[in-house]
Amino acid sequence: MSLEEGGFAVFLGLLTFFCLLIAGKALDQVMAYHAAFGALVAAGGVFLIVKTYLDTGGAAPPAEIDGRPNYNMGPVKFGAIAAMVWGIAGFTVGLIVASQLAWPALNLDLPWTSFGRLRPLHTSAVIFAFGGNVLIATSFYVVQRTCRARMPGRIAPWFVILGYNAFIVIAGTGYLFGVTQGKEYAEPEWYADFWLTVVWVVYLFVFLGTLWRRKEPHIYVANWFYLAFIITIAMLHIVNNFTIPVSIYGIKSYIVWAGVQDAMVQWWYGHNAVGFFLTAGFLAIMYYFVPKQANRPIYSYRLSIVHFWALIFLYIWAGPHHLHYTALPEWASTLGMAFSIMLWMPSWGGMINGLMTLSGAWDKLRTDPVLRMMVVSIAFYGMSTFEGPLMSVKAVNSLSHYTDWTIGHVHSGALGWVGYISFGALYALVPWLWNRKGLYSLKLVDWHFWVSTIGIVLYISAMWVSGIMQGLMWRAYTELGFLEYSFIETVEAMHPYYVIRVMGGALFLIGALIMAYNIYMTIRFGEAEEPAGRMAVAPAE
Amino acid sequence: MSLFDKHKIFEKNSILLSVGIVVVVAIGGLVEIVPLFYLKSTIETVEGMRPYTPLELAGRNVYVREGCYLCHSQMIRPMRDEIERYGHFSLAAESQYDRPFQWGSKRTGPDLARVGGKYSDQWHVEHLVDPRQVVPASIMPGYAFLADARIDGARIADDLKVLSMQGVPYTEEMIQTARADFMAQVNPDGDFEGFLERYPKAVVRDFDGDPTRLTEMDALVAYLQMLGTLVDYSIFDEKANLR
Repeated sequence: MSLEEGGFAVFLGLLTFFCLLIAGKALDQVMAYHAAFGALVAAGGVFLIVKTYLDTGGAAPPAEIDGRPNYNMGPVKFGAIAAMVWGIAGFTVGLIVASQLAWPALNLDLPWTSFGRLRPLHTSAVIFAFGGNVLIATSFYVVQRTCRARMPGRIAPWFVILGYNAFIVIAGTGYLFGVTQGKEYAEPEWYADFWLTVVWVVYLFVFLGTLWRRKEPHIYVANWFYLAFIITIAMLHIVNNFTIPVSIYGIKSYIVWAGVQDAMVQWWYGHNAVGFFLTAGFLAIMYYFVPKQANRPIYSYRLSIVHFWALIFLYIWAGPHHLHYTALPEWASTLGMAFSIMLWMPSWGGMINGLMTLSGAWDKLRTDPVLRMMVVSIAFYGMSTFEGPLMSVKAVNSLSHYTDWTIGHVHSGALGWVGYISFGALYALVPWLWNRKGLYSLKLVDWHFWVSTIGIVLYISAMWVSGIMQGLMWRAYTELGFLEYSFIETVEAMHPYYVIRVMGGALFLIGALIMAYNIYMTIRFGEAEEPAGRMAVAPAE
Repeated sequence: MSLFDKHKIFEKNSILLSVGIVVVVAIGGLVEIVPLFYLKSTIETVEGMRPYTPLELAGRNVYVREGCYLCHSQMIRPMRDEIERYGHFSLAAESQYDRPFQWGSKRTGPDLARVGGKYSDQWHVEHLVDPRQVVPASIMPGYAFLADARIDGARIADDLKVLSMQGVPYTEEMIQTARADFMAQVNPDGDFEGFLERYPKAVVRDFDGDPTRLTEMDALVAYLQMLGTLVDYSIFDEKANLR
């Protein structure tokens, strides 16, 4: 047994024991469940390691076969399917919470079905479960192909993808039981955070390890973005989740930052979860999958260098624009606004680099719905990275803050940009991974595209109207100088838009269901492709 | 050799690339976060601020657990309409003991930074049990289950201990008496003098209208009723923290 296999087996064995100990002494039921689940997963890991070792007689899979890299695509396949499953779960919960805002009886007044607990389930499911699996799967694929090398380790890549999904299960079930740190987009409690940190460090090493084995002299541009995403998310995650548990046998912890410092750390994290998880990572996808699908090189190598460094430098400053006019000092909020406006430039630089990659291949938009999805995602990226700087301007923010406008803005980025680039990447990836000639049906991709595009348009325009309207109603005065509307009148006025949003969300979900069917049929019944290799992507030059 | 050619050194060395990324992404956060720990405006002291009582803390933890912050902000901005609607704009000092902060980012419901004392306990209980009974157009979920969730504060001292480790000024005495204080706050017939000495301006009464039992409803209403009541703005000196 290799050092890696032995090491993981011992680590997971100890973890099983430790989890059982915690489950036995747990102060609350949720901790007992989660620790028992942890023990089960860790023990399952030990079993799989030993079984694989015995089945293969200890022979490691070769790094190359006949001089061609023997890529490790198992974890990528798992991640692609997990992303599809979590995506549908996350969109469904989104539809439920949107319906609850339109028809509050749907909260059922039960603890685990109330909006306050389901909303983090929705955000985490779409960002971390759907988005995270897409990122891990595509990064494993892209880094291997562009380095022309097999990922290092036999266990480590599986540990990353399975460990990450175990984190998702712990975090998601925890929300339903009321386990939360109370920090937006960083709700998982200390033990889930700790586990994610372990998984993430292994992820970084698998990624770097593949770069170290590369047969290409240059590291391809998509990998810069993946690397920045992995490193920065580690930094943000650790600092923002710096908590002290009340007891290691209980779920509750208190964060070391308080009040205004906690607010600043939270939004430094929160905005860069957008910047590095939902942007840098998905830009990496753009930099690999758009050129591949269009069969054209990246428009400009120099632009990608400027894009990369400017984007990661500027993004990190933008957090305070979530805290305009609060108790945060004004200089900090002004800095946040200034950098948010500057951020517009690298964002559009990236958009131009992505869109112009199609020069000479624009005709493919008519015939290739997958490419169309990717291109529309870049267009949404351009739109929401224009809207973002606009909303970070203090005068605009004084109106938009606390309203649905923010929700609309987030969704034009999340559904339009992150969703579509992920769908595009998955549509491209599935036939490659399962050796299929193509997708089961391009017609269904077309349907998916149009149904969900109408959904997005309904969603974001409803939120623009409701957000701006509510902001204006809050500050409306009568001729005599009294506030014109009570708060509840502004809530009542939202109802029609909340219903429109439900319809938009439903269309988006239907689109994803069409996609899931298409993907299933491709994998299950697709026509196998002859094993002739595809061209590797050319490195950035 | 143009500048862009020099970029090759990052493209050919993953460690240099990683170091470059770490340096570039560290700067913004350091500049924006570190000063907040020593600038006077963010560590100001304001008369009247005290740590939460054990019961209020338990109520606050219910508030966090149920995700109230996802629809209610606790941060009043210095604009005419907000000040008229909710009260004096929020000060940094007013959330100095908040772990985590609960400023929120969305007002699906109204701001709660100064909701304390605006409504009666009974209003809060009825509103939490069935919001539409009190406010017909409300879209808030009902929280009737809180009234059935009994609590006894058996482990609340551990919470105070962790918070005091982090710098919240809970004294040794407060930690010792945490559980007694937890009970004392809902028992107006009992001995609560020591409790009020430790937590000035705290209110002692049965919050959920059912003196026979102590529930999460008591704790949450106790927390809601103290929000924004600690600083007395009639004597607040807004220039005290200028320099």
